Amino acid sequence: MALTRKQKRLSIIAVLGVVLALATTLILTALRDEIVFFFSPTELLERSELAGQSVRVGGLVLEGSWTKEGENNSFDVSDGASEVTVTYVGILPDLFREGQGVIAEGQLIEDGTFDASTVLAKHDENYMPKEVEQALKEQGNWQGKYE
Amino acid sequence: MNKSNPMTDTSLPANWFSRLAHPGVFLSWSRNWIAPLAALTIILFTIGLWYSFFNSPPDYQMGETVRIMYIHVPSAWLSQMIYTLMAVSAIGTLVWRHPMADMSMKAAAPLGAAFTAVALFTGALWGRPTWGTFWEWDGRMTSTLVLFLMYLGLVALWRTFEGQARGTRIIAIFTLVGALNIPIIKFSVDWWNTLHQPSIIKADGLSMPASIYTPLLIMVVAFTALFFTLHLVGMRTEILRHRANSLERRHVSARNGTSSGTTS
Repeated sequence: MALTRKQKRLSIIAVLGVVLALATTLILTALRDEIVFFFSPTELLERSELAGQSVRVGGLVLEGSWTKEGENNSFDVSDGASEVTVTYVGILPDLFREGQGVIAEGQLIEDGTFDASTVLAKHDENYMPKEVEQALKEQGNWQGKYE
Repeated sequence: MNKSNPMTDTSLPANWFSRLAHPGVFLSWSRNWIAPLAALTIILFTIGLWYSFFNSPPDYQMGETVRIMYIHVPSAWLSQMIYTLMAVSAIGTLVWRHPMADMSMKAAAPLGAAFTAVALFTGALWGRPTWGTFWEWDGRMTSTLVLFLMYLGLVALWRTFEGQARGTRIIAIFTLVGALNIPIIKFSVDWWNTLHQPSIIKADGLSMPASIYTPLLIMVVAFTALFFTLHLVGMRTEILRHRANSLERRHVSARNGTSSGTTS
């Protein structure tokens, strides 16, 4: 069956679209390391080539790990599997909390700690009214997260 | 297809959509839609803004800053929806050579740029108190900035190729190529680690309570209604501009014709 002109144009667009999408996928896959905004502690520790380089590490601040002396902060960032101790001199963002997401920019130094030059708080996709937080805490159902 | 005289064009398939989208028919039916759409937009914004500012709780972490979301999320939604609409219109231009598809693409581009700018700006305002930074080059933010630049580029292309049928097809191809960015924006937060949080829409519902998603949903519908109102007006303006231009050309060529006739 011969294609009409419109069908022909539509198939050309479809074929070119698939080719372009494939090319883009390949490029994005190849550039994955450049596109990710941060590495997890596991990735950071596993990949020795990242040590000493300026990278970002992200995860949850471990409960009870945050110590603070003046502007000298130290806390552990965890992804559930492994953790890394982050040191940071400066003022932390308002939303910095234990049990919450955080992204530190800096480098892994010889003693295995992460020397951060910038710390950003990561907000997750959970939203909750203040009153609900209080109610949950009073009932003892608080898990630090809205479920 | 003779675009300067769409009223006599009979090459289009005779179905209901083509009839409604016929420029002349479109002009007459769309006139009655502008006022109701504008009224709906105003009502939705009144309710939505009241909810956003006075009838929704502060967030347990962000406090009052959460209200920025009621502007940010609808603008960001529109920035992607408008581009999708432009891409669909581009197919209409390339495959069916439909004049209304051209008008739709052209009228949508500046609106898309505006809503993307609002999304970027409100995102920065929210990011400073929440994350501790106005801007970071993460996947979501960078791809949205690329989207904004593409909108600006398309607006510039429309000005460059003003009224040229071939230019319209070139712009349509550019628009379609740029559409690759839309899934990248949408899924950037899932594919790569980003500073930006993932979508609030989960398989098991929304990750927020009704007191927060009610104003958000109303504002999303309000922004969408605003866009469709402006888009309709924009398309009508394009048709009228197109007609004014062809009248002017006819007038000029008629006058030149007579003057050259008398002087020779």
